[in-house]
Amino acid sequence: MSENTSDLMLSTAHLTMKFGGLTAVSDLNLEIRKNEIVGLIGPNGAGKTTAFNVITGMYYPTEGKVLFKGRNITGLKPHSITALGIARTFQNIRLFKEMSVLENVLVACHMSINTGIFGATLHLPGYRSRESEARRFSMELLEKVGLVHLAYEKGTSLPYGQQRRLEIVRALATKPKILLLDEPAAGMNPQESRELMDFIRKIRDEFDLTIFLIEHHMQVVMGVCEHMYVLDYGVTIAHGDPASIQKNPKVIEAYLGVD
Amino acid sequence: MKATTGKRPFALTRNRLLTIIALAAFAVLAIIANSFFDAFMLRVFNMCAIYIVLALSLNLLNGFTGLFSLGHAGFMAVGAYVCALLTMTPELKEMNYFLVPIVPWLRNITIPFLPAILIAGLASAFVGFLIGAPVLRLRDDYLAIATLGFGEIIRVLITNAQPITNGAQGLKGLPRYATTFSVWVAAGLVTLFMVLLMRSSYGRAMKAVRDDELAAEAMGINVFRVKVTSFTVSSFLAGVGGALLGHMITTIDPKMFTFMLTFNILLIVVLGGIGSISGSVISAIVVTILMEALRFLDEPMNLIFFKTEGLPGLRMVVFSILLMVMVIYRQRGLMGNKEFSWDMLQGLFVKKGRKEGDHV
Repeated sequence: MSENTSDLMLSTAHLTMKFGGLTAVSDLNLEIRKNEIVGLIGPNGAGKTTAFNVITGMYYPTEGKVLFKGRNITGLKPHSITALGIARTFQNIRLFKEMSVLENVLVACHMSINTGIFGATLHLPGYRSRESEARRFSMELLEKVGLVHLAYEKGTSLPYGQQRRLEIVRALATKPKILLLDEPAAGMNPQESRELMDFIRKIRDEFDLTIFLIEHHMQVVMGVCEHMYVLDYGVTIAHGDPASIQKNPKVIEAYLGVD
Repeated sequence: MKATTGKRPFALTRNRLLTIIALAAFAVLAIIANSFFDAFMLRVFNMCAIYIVLALSLNLLNGFTGLFSLGHAGFMAVGAYVCALLTMTPELKEMNYFLVPIVPWLRNITIPFLPAILIAGLASAFVGFLIGAPVLRLRDDYLAIATLGFGEIIRVLITNAQPITNGAQGLKGLPRYATTFSVWVAAGLVTLFMVLLMRSSYGRAMKAVRDDELAAEAMGINVFRVKVTSFTVSSFLAGVGGALLGHMITTIDPKMFTFMLTFNILLIVVLGGIGSISGSVISAIVVTILMEALRFLDEPMNLIFFKTEGLPGLRMVVFSILLMVMVIYRQRGLMGNKEFSWDMLQGLFVKKGRKEGDHV
């Protein structure tokens, strides 16, 4: 938290999302700085994923703004937001079922290949060089995360943990500045979760990323996050560093209930 | 698709050789077809090529982009009519438009077949774009219903625009430009186009949209644009197919382009495998030949024990049964979403478990 305000990567101002009578997220004010790992935690149904969906443009917020590096990105289409440098993964893994591991990553390079349909179909020289560059880049990414030997396997045939990893690699292939991970440790045992947290720290350093992640197992994120926001019924009930969150009575109440 | 068979250079050369031999054999067949086949067989042979074009264009939408569209006959009608009106001579038009005279600006246009068919495709693509932009905001069944509706709307418009299209009388005596050579060249080009498209980044984007729209969008793919592009290109191909059909049969009228035509093409796509280029090609040939070969079913039959009076439409029952059997036992069609390869053929005959990871 020692960085100054010019390092502000992603922030939201009074972000509110209502579905009919239900307020899923209410007056959310995030501040995420460059190279931080920030957690968004809360019990089931607290509105964490909704917050993600609003930030990434899947929903249009009822009120409030989303700012990326000071620029208002509220209401942009999801693909434009991805193009700006915000990538995400999904809570329920969403790999492209009919594709190989490599193809899954290559899809994320489509943006950077950036060729019209005719240039691509005719395999014009400009397209060829960008395509082979994309292939090289994808293989390099897979190499870095230890999935390269599985490059030609079907993505959905991988074990669960590796599918999660592939989803992260795929998001990395869009060359993001900030990576949003929706419950990356869901369904993992404590050992796997610990490995995942190391992995997250590793990619943060290697790709110069800022990471914003959702988790509802508090213990898992305590180790990795430098800053946390706690949501309950859409309301931000606490934010701060892990130590203070752990002691915060409101958080304990939300998680354990009161007597 | 092969790719990265680096470990087995021999197999690769063998497969390439087989491919070259197969293509050469086919080219020879196409060349001699003109002189060896009788008129009926030649027509069936050429019909196969046209159905390849049409099946691939529908597969681009249904199989590769995951858009369930049922308006194909409409786009074919646009292509067929535009091409016919561009190639018919003024005298021919005069003869056709005996009830209501043709609009003056169309009467004197006569251009060669090649530009005409391209313009026909473009016109169809333009209509596809206009319809696609609003309709593609819908999904699944709703999209199917909307495209079905638009296909019918196009047909009704053509029926009623009598000064332009000659309405329900249709157009007769179109020049017989769709020769064996031109239809098979068209089929070859369209197949090549599809193969190259599907191997490109754009093809991957389409498949990504089919597999998971939300994830595709999150990967920076402009899903809506990919859908509209796919719809437009598919309409272009449908228009070309329609134009070829018109110039082969030499007669077109609005009744040709009903939902039944879309259904026939859909049948080919589903039987061949949704999302398989080679599946569509094989299925187009088999279904077209079967449709003619089974024609005897529609005629009166003497089955020793009982005689049928001739049941028009009985052969379609065969196809319906075939479709049902396929849906029950082999949901993904003949080829699934795989492509034909010589290794696959070999695997079919040599049942030995030599199943090393045949990539992609």
